[in-house]
Amino acid sequence: MSHPTQLTSETYAELRAIAARYPEARSGLLPMLHLVQSVEGRVTPEGIEACAEVLGISAAEVSGVATFYTMYKRKPVGDYLVGVCTNTLCAVMGGDQIFERLKEHLDVGNDETSEDGKITLEHIECNAACDYAPVMMVNWEFMDNQTPESAVRTVDDLRAGKDVHSTRGPRLCTWKQAERVLAGFPDDLADEGPSAGPASLVGLGIAREKGWSAPSTEASGRTGDPDSLTEAVEDADTSRAESETKVDDK
Amino acid sequence: MSIDVLTPVLTDNWDQDRSWTLAAYEEQGGYAAMKTALGTAPDDIITAVKDSGLRGRGGAGFPTGMKWGFIPQDNPKPKYLVVNADESEPGTCKDIPLMMASPHTLVEGVIISSYAIRANHAFIYIRGEVLHVVRRVQRAVQEAYLAGHLGKNINGSGYDLDVVVHAGAGAYICGEETALLEGLEGRRGQPRLRPPFPAVAGLYASPTVINNVESIASVPSIIRNGAGWFSSMGTEKSKGYGIFSLSGHVTRPGQYEAPLGITLRQLIDLAGGMREGHELKFWTPGGSSTPLLTPEHLDVPLDFEGVGAAGSMLGTRALQLFDETTCVVRAVLRWTEFYKHESCGKCTPCREGTWWLVQTLARLEKGQGSEDDLDLLLDQCENILGRSFCALGDGATSPISSSIKYFRDEYLAHLTTGGCPFDPAASTTFATTGASA
Amino acid sequence: MTTTPEKTALVNVTIDGVQVSVPPNTLVIRAAEQIGVQVPRFCDHPLLAPVGACRQCLVDIPDAGNGKPIPKPQASCTLPVAEGMVVETQVTSKVADKAQQGVMEFLLINHPLDCPVCDKGGECPLQNQAMSNGRGETRFEGVKRTFPKPINLSPQVLLDRERCIVCQRCTRFTDEIAGDPFIEMVERGAQQQVGIAPDAPFLSYFSGNTIQICPVGALTSAEYRFRSRPFDLVSTAGVAEHDACGAAIRVDHRRGKVMRRLAGNDPEVNEEWISDKDRFAFHYARQDDRITHPMIREDGELRPASWPEAFAVAARGLHAAGPSAVLTGGRVTAEDAYAYAKFARVSLGTNDIDFRARPHSAEEADFLASFVALNADVSYADLEAAPVVVLAGLEPEDEAATIFLRLRKASKRGTQVVALAPYSTRGLGKMNGRLVPTVPGEEAAALGSLKDAEFGVTKDAVILVGERLAQSHGALTAALELARTTGARLAWVPRRAGDRGAVEAGCLPTLLPGGRPVADASARIDAATSWGLESVPEKTGRDGDAIVAALVKGDLSGLVIGGVDPDDTSDPAATRAAIEAAGFVVSLEQRLTEVAALADVVLPVAPVDEKAGTFVTWEGRPRPFEGVFTKPGSLPDLRLLAGIADELAVLGQGSPLGFRTVAEVRAEMAAMGPWDGERPELVLGKEPKRPRAKAGAHALASWKLLLDRGSMQDGDANLAATARPAVARINQAAYDALFGLHDGPASVVLTGDRGSVTLPVEVADLPDAVVWVPANSFGRGVLADLASPGGSVTVKGAK
Repeated sequence: MSHPTQLTSETYAELRAIAARYPEARSGLLPMLHLVQSVEGRVTPEGIEACAEVLGISAAEVSGVATFYTMYKRKPVGDYLVGVCTNTLCAVMGGDQIFERLKEHLDVGNDETSEDGKITLEHIECNAACDYAPVMMVNWEFMDNQTPESAVRTVDDLRAGKDVHSTRGPRLCTWKQAERVLAGFPDDLADEGPSAGPASLVGLGIAREKGWSAPSTEASGRTGDPDSLTEAVEDADTSRAESETKVDDK
Repeated sequence: MSIDVLTPVLTDNWDQDRSWTLAAYEEQGGYAAMKTALGTAPDDIITAVKDSGLRGRGGAGFPTGMKWGFIPQDNPKPKYLVVNADESEPGTCKDIPLMMASPHTLVEGVIISSYAIRANHAFIYIRGEVLHVVRRVQRAVQEAYLAGHLGKNINGSGYDLDVVVHAGAGAYICGEETALLEGLEGRRGQPRLRPPFPAVAGLYASPTVINNVESIASVPSIIRNGAGWFSSMGTEKSKGYGIFSLSGHVTRPGQYEAPLGITLRQLIDLAGGMREGHELKFWTPGGSSTPLLTPEHLDVPLDFEGVGAAGSMLGTRALQLFDETTCVVRAVLRWTEFYKHESCGKCTPCREGTWWLVQTLARLEKGQGSEDDLDLLLDQCENILGRSFCALGDGATSPISSSIKYFRDEYLAHLTTGGCPFDPAASTTFATTGASA
Repeated sequence: MTTTPEKTALVNVTIDGVQVSVPPNTLVIRAAEQIGVQVPRFCDHPLLAPVGACRQCLVDIPDAGNGKPIPKPQASCTLPVAEGMVVETQVTSKVADKAQQGVMEFLLINHPLDCPVCDKGGECPLQNQAMSNGRGETRFEGVKRTFPKPINLSPQVLLDRERCIVCQRCTRFTDEIAGDPFIEMVERGAQQQVGIAPDAPFLSYFSGNTIQICPVGALTSAEYRFRSRPFDLVSTAGVAEHDACGAAIRVDHRRGKVMRRLAGNDPEVNEEWISDKDRFAFHYARQDDRITHPMIREDGELRPASWPEAFAVAARGLHAAGPSAVLTGGRVTAEDAYAYAKFARVSLGTNDIDFRARPHSAEEADFLASFVALNADVSYADLEAAPVVVLAGLEPEDEAATIFLRLRKASKRGTQVVALAPYSTRGLGKMNGRLVPTVPGEEAAALGSLKDAEFGVTKDAVILVGERLAQSHGALTAALELARTTGARLAWVPRRAGDRGAVEAGCLPTLLPGGRPVADASARIDAATSWGLESVPEKTGRDGDAIVAALVKGDLSGLVIGGVDPDDTSDPAATRAAIEAAGFVVSLEQRLTEVAALADVVLPVAPVDEKAGTFVTWEGRPRPFEGVFTKPGSLPDLRLLAGIADELAVLGQGSPLGFRTVAEVRAEMAAMGPWDGERPELVLGKEPKRPRAKAGAHALASWKLLLDRGSMQDGDANLAATARPAVARINQAAYDALFGLHDGPASVVLTGDRGSVTLPVEVADLPDAVVWVPANSFGRGVLADLASPGGSVTVKGAK
């Protein structure tokens, strides 16, 4: 079987360029698959074959990777991939309600695309913005502190072709454009958006207000106590290392 | 002398205009530590980091300087530094704002750390799901190259360093350092057998240091201010400062940078208390993989030893706070579903165990089953904890066993009620006061 | 031969209270085996790298050897022993036992209860260990994971995903051992499964091994699936008959029928692996055209006959025909080859005998007589130990699969493979090999160039030359010269199972059994004495090509022929003409082949599973085997030859052969023993005439793929469907010249002195003006349909 493919000789050149960033070419595979998505709108069999060819590995090896990571999509994705965090904290703070409302509003289930092909909805795991819960991501841009209403407004605006901005970033680009950035081809939008959202700054604001700061350099003189370091090694939660084998007895 | 309650170091420039740019960073004294470092012997930098007492900020708390010292310098292979910017532990949200607001802090740390371990190639592995953060770090690296802080013969020092920004593609397990290396080598992110440890055979089977973003970002401050300055903060075995991330039912969730050893009570006070009219019910000290704690632990010093003594782990200082409107069974079920979703599949206990745990918990949450199921759950946890290949399986058991320990009655209430006695709407940020349970 | 590793200090550990000393780095799971403790395991396999995935083999370590316990149970399959280590397995540790029971319970919650219909039931490690190390009852009341079943990973290999316990043995085998990572773990977590890429099936020559090492019934073959139950099968050890590697196999049979074949475990030869050809290609002997009774030609038609009648008719015919010759193919056992060799000398009074049913040369016959016979200088272990292994006229993945696996293993440990070949094959890539691009016919020069120090051919190196080198004048001489000047060891690797044995048994015009040169009077006397004769024929015999020519010309009239396919020979048309021209033909065959159909007497011979015999490997290692079945009327070649000889003796020609059974032949061969006298010198003769290449013609490079149209692969359509397709290969420049910037699949028309063929074309790193095609993957093969050996062809683009 064969699908119409958008992969051009330029795509191949870019795939090779990604591989060339690394001391060993295969390291480029994750970004290469992002690039495939930016061109094909998903990971296609042709895209898998292209990566395999460029890297000199088997298509099965590429497939194994492409199916392991959740950002790689095997069904076509809409212009905007809307992800609602339903991990515990966001879910409790309202993520569940937001997700339900969007499913209803878009008349889709999880990992489905609205009829107009604009919005693909999925629930996602913790996206490292818990202080902005409930969080929604659109094409992996932060949409902080959502409510069901704000989420519906966002998807409606996107479907209507209106400009929508990330709460901590630029105007939303398409999912394919976002995937291109993740492939390591920047889009010049780094300077958009604020340094930090409000929650990121609350502690700093309090410190500023109270005049608190880290000690000045002169005020300190103590150094680490070697004994406590040794104990720290023993205390360190190296369970991951230990779970497999004994720690070397040095 | 006394140390202030909050000690902004890493967060200190986040409120500056265009703080992510090289110009703004340098205006605040950025890259001075790099210049100092490049004029210092690499071993002296390792010594300084050892002396500072800095312990890994990614959760495990392994002394950073000691990790660097494990790199066999007589090994002829290239050395690599890999920054673990795959921040994915539920509740953890410190590295992402750091890289968004001040990516140059990280880049400067990367240069100094790479120099110390004699690496000429460093990688920043950022989880893919944070597009704007990827942009900011890409830009910072580009600016650093243009300024001569990266590339050949950095600032005339004779030291060469190339940095590659690598976007991940969606896998919590890649926060585990050997799984991250697999991802960085273009493979399925499944943890590797150890030994060999990455310090001996990591990336491309070469000596490799893998450090968390916050650990690396702390290095310039140590070089700038000295090991003694750093160790003047914190507690006896948990030196320095760290970013504490408050989330959930607290009035002002956000990032609070303070010396290790601060208590949750202090932090909640600073954050304006729990949300109006509600009380703390349970919390995680360092992400969902750290056993739950309760209000009785409000005065536990948030350092490695203190939290450990309380039966949990400091982890990533991801303080997720839940008030009395929250059903602990629902919370735990959702986390368990997360572990099932993120289990890499390599080992049996984690792959099959999380599958089973979810089914058992889901029944309980619906009020089905019996009290025996709680013992079954605990036995399943016992068969996973310490039996799985990596710590993901261990982490999956933490919320379950700790919640049964503290909230057994609430599980039983589900059985007597024949379902969940809580109103999920009451927990939301958009709940009207009247909807509270 | 091999060097004994230096004795290293042993490590002392205590396992379940029993002290045991094992070599350093021994894994705890194997140390436990030493004291008879079987720790349950799934992912562990002694020939695969430890992975620690299934966690079934957890044990408790109260003392890691440093006086401290390891706090958590440890996977004994990944933990090396340490001096003073104390290990407690499930036998003595409640913790270990509970850990193992816990893991087993986890494995079973999603495992279907379809053991009664599962092929693995009865020989299933999961079933067995669930009984020995699992809980009696399940505590799981939930929903099991299910998948639509089954899926085809290839036409031959099927996967029932719900049975899979994702131990990764199969994917590790394909990656580590075969170098064919065409199956991979896909998806993740509870959905993790073995999979292939879209449109890229699991086409590996070694795919069947994954079925054998699967510890559950997840992988099955289309060929064996649902055919029988393990406990209904009888197993007999055997030796694979498809190449000269001598791989150990296990033949599982039921009621006189082979149901399946498995790899035998022979660390010195094939370890635990065999090719799919060795595993699945066994139906050829059970095809409809199997001959079940003797036949004689009467009024132009073949009719059934009794054995005595057939022997008598054969003897009368040969006696009347006068000068007769013997042609044997590669399938004969050493015992049968000996019988042919003796029959030629004793009954037909001639040295006109040749086993080389393929292009051959006088240089090769000399090489075999002077160097190969009686030589057992190189073994598999030596390949593994050699710093450099040179391949010339040999593509191991296709022509000697066990050598390929061993060389791949060696290359992963540092052995440098250097191949004189027309292009970088996939097999060479998997051995990390270095290509010395060689135009067909120029192998001698290329071998000469390997004396250059940069190739590292020193006294520790091994040179493997394939039978195809006979087609390249001077190449075998050059290989010997390279070995002599560098001190490297040399071995000859024929393609077929019986070839090396035939050399030893004297199926050559210049060689009597036991390496006795025909030209050496004392060797002849020695043979004659051993046989109780006055003399054996003195005149050097005709080789295969000369026999064919003499039959056509009428200088020879009688022919005894067994196991020869004319299409394999130098000149298929000439061979056919010779058979037709022969005054009298006796054919010894398993199936009613083209040759048998032309014969005057057809004698059915037993296939390998119906007789005992010996194959001699390329190393010179005898691989005896006993018959799987005893079927009356299914007789080895040697018995039939003895029958004819008896009748000839009655007619006053020759004398009885003196044996009727395999055992008697073995005894006679042993009594005769090897020649201990002078060995002949290799004399490089004149270069044979080749048809002149047309201007612009391409030199033709070719060999037989492992899976092709060979008749011993008949009868398994699933196996055939995994064969590599027939394509022609040319270099990029030639491709561009033919097709310009044409994108997409293209074909070429190749035309040689024997015909034309159209094949899809692929680009490879061939030298200019060289084209490669598989030798027997289209039509009747290269020699019948395209060009003479060493010939050239024109290459044109096809529409």
